[in-house]
This record gives sequence, structure tokens and C-alpha cells, in this order.
Amino acid sequence: MNAIESFGIDKQYENHVALHPLDISIPEGSVFGLLGPNGAGKTTLLRIINQIISPDNGSVSFYGQNIRSSHSHQIGYLPEERGLYKKMKVGEQSMYLAQLKGLSRKESRKRLHWWFKKWELETWWDKKVEELSKGMAQKIQFIITVIHEPKLLIFDEPFSGLDPVNAALIRDEMLRIKEEGATIVLSTHRMESVEELCSHIALLNHGEKILDGTVNEIRESHRNGNFRLSYRSNEPITLSLPEQAEISQNLRDFNKGICIAEIQSMKLNSSEIISVLAPQVDTIRFEEIIPSMNDIFIKSVKK
Amino acid sequence: MSPFIIIALREFTTRVKNKTFLIMSILGPIGLGALIVIPSLLSGGDEDPKKLLVVDNSYLLVGTETISEHSFQYLNPEEFDETLAISAVREKEIYDGLLFLPPSENGDPDFILRNTRLYSKGDIGIDLTRDIERRLGKLATEEKLKINGVDPSIVKNSTTVVNIKNLNLTENGSEASSLLLKMAIGFGASFFIYMFVFLYAAQIMRGVIEEKTSRIIEVIITSVKPTQLLLGKIIGIAGVGLLQFLILITFSTLIYYIAGSLILESDITQITSAQISSAGEIKNGGNQGTINQIIEGINSLNIASLIGFFIFYFLGGYLLYGALFAAVGSAVDAEADTQQFMIPLTIPLLITLMLTTTMMQEPNGSLAMWLSFIPFSSPLAMMVRLPFGGVQTWEIVLSMLLLITGFLGTTWISAKIYRVGILTYGKKASYKDLYKWLRRK
Repeated sequence: MNAIESFGIDKQYENHVALHPLDISIPEGSVFGLLGPNGAGKTTLLRIINQIISPDNGSVSFYGQNIRSSHSHQIGYLPEERGLYKKMKVGEQSMYLAQLKGLSRKESRKRLHWWFKKWELETWWDKKVEELSKGMAQKIQFIITVIHEPKLLIFDEPFSGLDPVNAALIRDEMLRIKEEGATIVLSTHRMESVEELCSHIALLNHGEKILDGTVNEIRESHRNGNFRLSYRSNEPITLSLPEQAEISQNLRDFNKGICIAEIQSMKLNSSEIISVLAPQVDTIRFEEIIPSMNDIFIKSVKK
Repeated sequence: MSPFIIIALREFTTRVKNKTFLIMSILGPIGLGALIVIPSLLSGGDEDPKKLLVVDNSYLLVGTETISEHSFQYLNPEEFDETLAISAVREKEIYDGLLFLPPSENGDPDFILRNTRLYSKGDIGIDLTRDIERRLGKLATEEKLKINGVDPSIVKNSTTVVNIKNLNLTENGSEASSLLLKMAIGFGASFFIYMFVFLYAAQIMRGVIEEKTSRIIEVIITSVKPTQLLLGKIIGIAGVGLLQFLILITFSTLIYYIAGSLILESDITQITSAQISSAGEIKNGGNQGTINQIIEGINSLNIASLIGFFIFYFLGGYLLYGALFAAVGSAVDAEADTQQFMIPLTIPLLITLMLTTTMMQEPNGSLAMWLSFIPFSSPLAMMVRLPFGGVQTWEIVLSMLLLITGFLGTTWISAKIYRVGILTYGKKASYKDLYKWLRRK
């Protein structure tokens, strides 16, 4: 089943179109990367899913049901622009926000204490938010986003402003929550975290979906027949290749005694090429160059 | 618990726990009490006794008793002329001043009074000066009567004190009225509503701006609807305003009763002394009448129902303006940008406040009547009219219904602007933008 499925949703503001009719499917249990340059319509889409704004046309379904306001307690959303009441104490504020998500006072306290203990934040409980660093506030916001254990979690740039240690902490938590059965939507510009975490992606540009599918599918479909061979030699060796392959580059590497050849072939696979090349040189490494999500992103957006 | 209640409770508790609230709640009633008590204390003759040197060339004052606790030291006019007496006051620390009465010419009392001088070191006090004037005036009058062959005791016995009792004809008969008191209540109530409405409406606005600039709004509206947040905020702050008002009323009532009993007590002692001395009788008699009238007046006005109306019109005005202030808050990024929207919001109430005196001249005239119907002015205008009585029941009902419709209307409009405004950053909104937001689906 799909956690979220949209049918032809669009949104138009006074002088610009934020979203063209859009169909999108977010499979249950996936980590879904929502990508796109600034102003592509990601936030509009996320706000529609969160029912903060309603689409001009089209509909959204949540686990097979037409989405309605009672579903909002089953969604956790960490918006990109996020803040807390500066003058309010951390504990008090967390209690408040947890209760707004439909938890009872008692349950809120219990769950918050569990999280604060887990991340060793107990001493923050009586501190005012203005005393916290940005990263600290980020952790509190993460806890508040997941506190009601929703089925669908939406994180908009969850790692911004976090040091690598805390980013890893949040990432591990996200993966744990996913293992427990939740669906995660991740909107980010950090392509390395997309490759690391996401099973599915959709790429938006100018309010339109220009790409979607599983990460593997997309990368497969963006294969362009580039292979790279590293071998031991002080000077490039002239290589002989099968007919359907050609050498685009054969140069000495910066490292002494290593040369790198780049081979282009749309027809042959790696084993067919290496079987020809292996006898000719002292191979260090041979690989197919599959474009990174970053390359695919830039290439698709520029198109 | 519904999110609406959670929000209202937070708005209420964070503000009530705030130091500003505590200070306002204590200083407010004390300030109000001071306004009532201090003038009566000041006029209560609570000054230091003064020691005066008196050179009485005309022998007008000599032999009469002293004025309250002040003491007069008479100097022999044959030994001291004006200059000598002045230097005597200057030299001796214990004397506060010199009262100099010139010798009479042809026994004309008016000449003496015209040329009487009161020299003083520092402030001699307005009360003592008046008491001396009154005493001299009385003595001079007696002299004049004697000159004309009239026995002063005849005049004294014929003097009549008149205190006409003002009565209002009402449906249930007649009741005592006090015009001044009604004006004071009308002014006070409308001014308080004006102050309270803007004080608390501005708090809503500030709250909205705070949530917007800190971006917590983005987090909150994922779990509650903007309208719920807006209403929760408005109701929570209304609670703070009501609590503050109740504290004010309770303390003021206490102060009123305490001060009231103090004034009455001092008044009685004054009357007793007045009867003995026979001096200043008319003044004290009049004074007592006024105080009695005030107390009778307060008792005759239905204070409980006035407080009830005050609460209704305060809440109504607050809800009406508060909703609009919230919309303004949602449309800006910082409080400094609110000016252009605030001016049109403050003007209706300000004009009504300025028109209170005009309305009081004819509390049931057409100006007062229309202003008490228009929801933007009725909270003030009706509070001006109500103490004077004579407002028809249908007028009150209509005014209240219109006010309720009014605030439901402004809340509806504001909610529409608010839900878009809170998510719009950066661009400074214009009236045109607000209109577009209002129409956005």
C-alpha cells in the first residue's frame, strides 16, 4: 500500500504556479527522498500533505483513505523553517507540543522522559530555549516530531545545522523508526544522505515532477556506459578493446606508477570488457561509473 | 483535551506567571486606590501645625480662638511695625510666618482685609490660608452687621443650609442620583475599556508576531488548525484580561470601603468641631452633603449590573479588535511594520473616547445612541450611557447583538488573513495583499 498517494494535485498563487498537477506515490515503509532545487514546490507539496494548505484541484490519500484532519495525529512533520518559544522552558514547551499532537499529559511526560534520558538531555528540562544552541534545539524538535509515534514522518532538511555526530544520531534514529514500520519522507539537498538513506525518490522542478522511482532504478536508468580502469604502469599503455567499446581517455594518474583509462561502451557490460583488458595490464581496479544522485540531480534540473 | 483548550491554557498561564502581570495586578489597584485616597488625605488637613506671628493693628482677630491645631502668637502692634515683625519671623526658627493686619481707617473692615498680608517661610499650606480668609471674612461680616445695627446672632440663626436631593425617575419609582458620579463612572469605564482593549489586543498581536518570527508557528500548525490556534490565543489572553480586571475590582472595592469609612470618620469629627466653634459651619455642612450624596449615589446605581455590562463590553470590544490585531500580527514580520495597519484600527475607539464629553451632555441623544450601536464604538459609547440610565432595553439588546455579530465577523475575516499571513515571510504585506489572502481558497 502507499502511505501517501496524490492524484493530480495542483496549487496556484496570485502570480505563480507553485505546483502543476502532480501524481506522486510514497510506498509504505519506504524512505522517500523528495528532491528539487529551491522553489521547486517541495514545501507546497509537504504542506498539502500536512493539510496546512489545500490543493486547488486533486486529492490526497493517506494509507488508502481520503486524507482528513484526524489523520494529522498520525503524521509527524519537521518543517524546514522551525522554531520554538524562546522564553519557554524546554520541558514545558515539549509537554505543550506533545499534547497538541493528541497525547495525554501523563503519556507526554512519560515519552519525553524516555527520550530525554536516551539522549542524556535531562539537564535541559528546566532551561529556557534561548539558552540552547541551534543543534540542541534541533534535537528537541526531532523528539517532538516523532513523540506521537506517527505512521508517516516528514523531515524537511533534518540535518541542517547539525554536527556530524548529531547528524549520525538523528540518522540512526530515523532508520530505527523506519525499521519499526513507519514511512519516512526526506526532503533535502544533501545528496549523500539521499543515497545513504532513501529507497525511493521524486525530483521536482518548477512545480513539476521530472523524475521518480527507486534509487537503484533511477541510477540504473542513468547509466551512460562509462567504465574506469586503474592499472600499474609508469606510462599509459595502448589498450586494445572490443569493437563496441572505445577509450575516451588514458592518462597517468597523479599517483606515481598508476594510470587510469576511461572506457565508453553502451553495449557491453563490465565482465565483457574486463575479460578483454585483464590480460593486457596489471589491474588495480575496474569499475562501472554509475552517476551519483548529485550528478543525476544537476543533469535533470538543467535539462 | 482539545487542542483549543491546551493552547488557551498556555497563553493564560505563561502570561499570568509573567512578572509584568504580577506587577500590573499589584500596582494597578494601588494606583487606582491612590487616586481615590490621596486627594481626600490631602484635603483632610493632615498638615503640620504652623506657628504664626500675628500683628493685629485692628484688633479683629485678637481674642478669637485658634484655627484648628495652628497656633498664633500675638505681638503688640505698638511695639512692632510690619518690617520689625518680618525680621522677627526671619530670626526665629520656630515661626513659620507672619500675619499682618493693618490699622483700620474709619473702622472700614474692607480696608483691613484688602491690606492684610500673610508672609511665610516656605509653604504655609492652602488650607490654612483659606481658613484665615474665612475667619477674617466672617469677623468682618459681623463687624459690618454691627455697623449697620444688625445683631449678628440674628443672621446666624437665620442662615439655612440647602442640599437639594437629586432624584431620578425610574420605572420602579425614584432613586437618588449624582450627576458628577455618573460622569465619573462613564469616563472611568470607557477609559478602562479603551485601555484594556488595546492593552490585550496588542498582546494578541505580539504573540502572533512572536510565533511567526520564531517560526514555531510552522511546528504548531502541523498539529492544529490555524483557526484553533488563533481562537485559543484570543480566549487565553481574554482570560488574563478578565483575571486582571477581577483583581482590580476586588482591590478597588476594598479600598473604596476602607477609604469610605476613613472619610466618613474624619467628616464626623469635623462636624463636631464645627458645631462647637460655629466657624466654617457652612463649608462642613456642604461637604457632608456631598459625601452623603456620593455614597447614596453609588448605592443607587446598580453597580453589580454596571460591572456585568463592563465585562461584556470589554470582552466584546477586545474580541472585535483582538481578532483584527491578530490579523495585523500575522501580516508582518516585525512589530515595527504594524504602523500602517494599526492607525485605522485605533481611530474608531479613539474618536469615541474623545466624544465621551459630548455624549454625556445628552446620553440618550442620537449621537450617543448611534455610537452605542456601531460595534466599533459601542463598547465605549454604551458604557458612557449606561450610568445615566434611561437606556431602553431594546437598545441594550440591539447593541449587544450587533457587538456579538461584529466580533464574529472580524474573527472570521481575521482567521482568513491569519491562515495565509502566518506562512508568508519577507514581503511587506499591503492592504491589497490582505484582500487577496482573504479571498484565497
